[in-house]
Amino acid sequence: MSGIETAGWDVIVAGGGNAALCAAIEAAETGARVLVLEGAPKDYRGGNSRHTRNFRCMHRGPLSVLTDSYGEDEYFDDLIRVTKGETDETLARLAIRQSEDCLPWMERHGVRFQPSLSGTLSLSRTNAFFLGGGKALVNAYYNTLEDLGVTVRYEAQVTHVHIENGQFEALDVTLDGESLRISGRALVLASGGFQSDIDWLARAWGPSARNFLIRGTRYNRGVVLADMLDQGAESVGDPTQCHAVAIDGRAPKYDGGIVTRLDCVPFSIVVNRDGDRFYDEGEDVWPKRYAIWGRLVAAQPDQVAYSIIDSRSVELFMPSVFPPEKADTIAGLADKLGLPADKLAETVEAFNEACGEGSFSPQELDGLATEGLEPPKTNWARPIAEPPFYGYSLRPGVTFTYLGLKVDETARVSGPDGRYANIWAAGEMMAGSILGQGYLAGFGMTIGTVFGRIAGQEAAAHVV
Amino acid sequence: MSFDAATQSPPTDTISEARRQVEICNACRYCEGFCDAFPAMFAERVFGEGDIVQIANLCHNCRGCYYSCQYTEPHEFALNLPQALADVRVDSWDRYGWPGGLGALFQRRGVALSAALVAGIALLFLAQAMLTPANGEGFYAVLSHTVMVAIFLPAFLFPMVVLALGLRAYWRDVGGAPVRWTHLRRAALRAGQLKNLDGGQGQGCNFEKGDRYSQARRHAHQATFWGFLLCFASTSSATLMHYLLGLEAPYGLFSLPKLLGVPGGLLLTLGAFGLAGLKLKADPQLGARNAWGGEMAFVLLLGLTGLTGLILYAVSGSGAVPAMLALHLGAVLTLFLTTPYSKMAHGFYRFAALVRDAQQRQA
Repeated sequence: MSGIETAGWDVIVAGGGNAALCAAIEAAETGARVLVLEGAPKDYRGGNSRHTRNFRCMHRGPLSVLTDSYGEDEYFDDLIRVTKGETDETLARLAIRQSEDCLPWMERHGVRFQPSLSGTLSLSRTNAFFLGGGKALVNAYYNTLEDLGVTVRYEAQVTHVHIENGQFEALDVTLDGESLRISGRALVLASGGFQSDIDWLARAWGPSARNFLIRGTRYNRGVVLADMLDQGAESVGDPTQCHAVAIDGRAPKYDGGIVTRLDCVPFSIVVNRDGDRFYDEGEDVWPKRYAIWGRLVAAQPDQVAYSIIDSRSVELFMPSVFPPEKADTIAGLADKLGLPADKLAETVEAFNEACGEGSFSPQELDGLATEGLEPPKTNWARPIAEPPFYGYSLRPGVTFTYLGLKVDETARVSGPDGRYANIWAAGEMMAGSILGQGYLAGFGMTIGTVFGRIAGQEAAAHVV
Repeated sequence: MSFDAATQSPPTDTISEARRQVEICNACRYCEGFCDAFPAMFAERVFGEGDIVQIANLCHNCRGCYYSCQYTEPHEFALNLPQALADVRVDSWDRYGWPGGLGALFQRRGVALSAALVAGIALLFLAQAMLTPANGEGFYAVLSHTVMVAIFLPAFLFPMVVLALGLRAYWRDVGGAPVRWTHLRRAALRAGQLKNLDGGQGQGCNFEKGDRYSQARRHAHQATFWGFLLCFASTSSATLMHYLLGLEAPYGLFSLPKLLGVPGGLLLTLGAFGLAGLKLKADPQLGARNAWGGEMAFVLLLGLTGLTGLILYAVSGSGAVPAMLALHLGAVLTLFLTTPYSKMAHGFYRFAALVRDAQQRQA
């Protein structure tokens, strides 16, 4: 037996990640009776938030662990650069402006920040890192909810939203093997994207998506999103697109998180299954290029690629969780990676011969480029010549999907007949409204916190 | 006696497991701000056995990293860094304590420590029965000063020699450099404040309340630690008064030994029983495997030492003195003699680790 009341709730929150928790806290603090339905088991609560590490925050002067200042316009420019203009400016500026108030609010609700992590100094001005990472933030918020007396149920999968005449009435929920109908006066939807539903991903992207790895939670299956779209809720974001980066090919199918990232590409040559290079590895510094490599690898046969370096480059990037394959000859390395040895040797030799003279400088665009090679390598083109040689396999790792619910400045969702009377959305589920493409580090948590809080406040105001 | 075996042995299972986990941590780094163990870890790319032992001894088992970790079970990476490092620590103290094997016995078996306690108390009763002094005041009427010194001087010196040799081997394994005043100063400040149990920002550690932070363990440990030092200072002051000033026990309430010893005994008793109570509520899976019993027996022994000392003072002049004296001195004797092999050893190795960490930060 689930032992849960099926009526009398003021605000029901579908989801259990950052946005859902912020909404639930805001609503509960007004005195509303709040129910949180988290689809994941307790061990995996928190959706993708449990894998995050920081919060991108506007600030007019030093704030908490953030140095200097980071103004609205600079923040917005950084966003426009990655989304190539595919951004709702009103919502984006709202998220940016409110982020400054959010940081102290987060601290008041138990979140602790720490100085920028070693290896991430470039973010010390713009991004506030969570002490212990996103799971510590998630724990802090669940503890806050417990103190507020909010009811939280895990492994509670919402399967259908009952909407009549533009008004939310009740939810169908599977809980402890039972199917329940739980009614409430307002609904906040914050249950993420659909990237963990591999069938859906394959329908959207094509069959090659079955070889993609999912960097975050396995519980973002888009069940509620699909239900809302079926009922004619207004959507936003390209349904065929997902944010994918190149990660270690040996990463687990789900939940590999941060440790599976590989930062070796700029100092390597990257070949496909057949031993051929296919893109300029040194086009720009890695933080500006890692996001396109998911797509590049996805376009290769079997959706796999191999990054090859020599002993001089092995300490130039953050260690990955899996040690690289290692051999004293290129042929030996090809063997270990399962690549055609002759072809790989030929590719490396052609690359080495095309490398020009100049000084190699790993921390900046050094202009050390190949000559007469196709595709070229335009920076850090140093011969791969000093054994032992190392190789990593790369696969596309999906971070999130762009398709979501369209919301207004009050986080309210719209249906076929205009705005729903009492349905709000927050987090990844509506992030497509702001992130049309690309990604800006720490901005997902900003959207989740800002719109989660707005959704919670608005939902509570509706019922109180 | 040779300590070379410790340095030449192949990596143990506990070292390999800790290395596996530390390499995952080094690719993540989310926990950098919790304690000294993480910056020490993130300064390396390859982890030798000495590096792992040093990181393990820096870890104070605050557990903040476990509750924050996205890779704990049921995740396939199965991280449980507090336990992995605790296992390495317990193994390392056993390896460094001569003769080997006694560490494993007293660290892991509460029964062994209890048996040692019974033996210690029995020895004191026996000494009282066989060596009744001709005269003397207070407890010296029960057991003469000479006999006490004859028992406790070796019981104090032997463990110190074993610990010194163990620390020397530790220092060699972790690649320690000559110690300078600044290293000792930083280590003493961090040990004295239990900086590595404050969660990095003073919010405390994760122990009896799971994923909520709490100061309870740090406070109980502070009471135990400072209480123990006060008691030790009390005994030392009495020794000096005895030999240098010719002032013999019993001492009045406003004498130095009592002014140090009474608050010290109270702190030690409250702190140690407090630690035992917290240990009952905490998750045993985050401590060293198979060491819970030995650790529990050890904190209870500490508490008993403090408590019997206070009772001994309270009953002075009554017929209960001989029995309480045997209980108290038996507990003290056991505590001293097992120091290199019980959880008591952690204080010495952890201080050495803090000194080494101060060196590495300077480098």
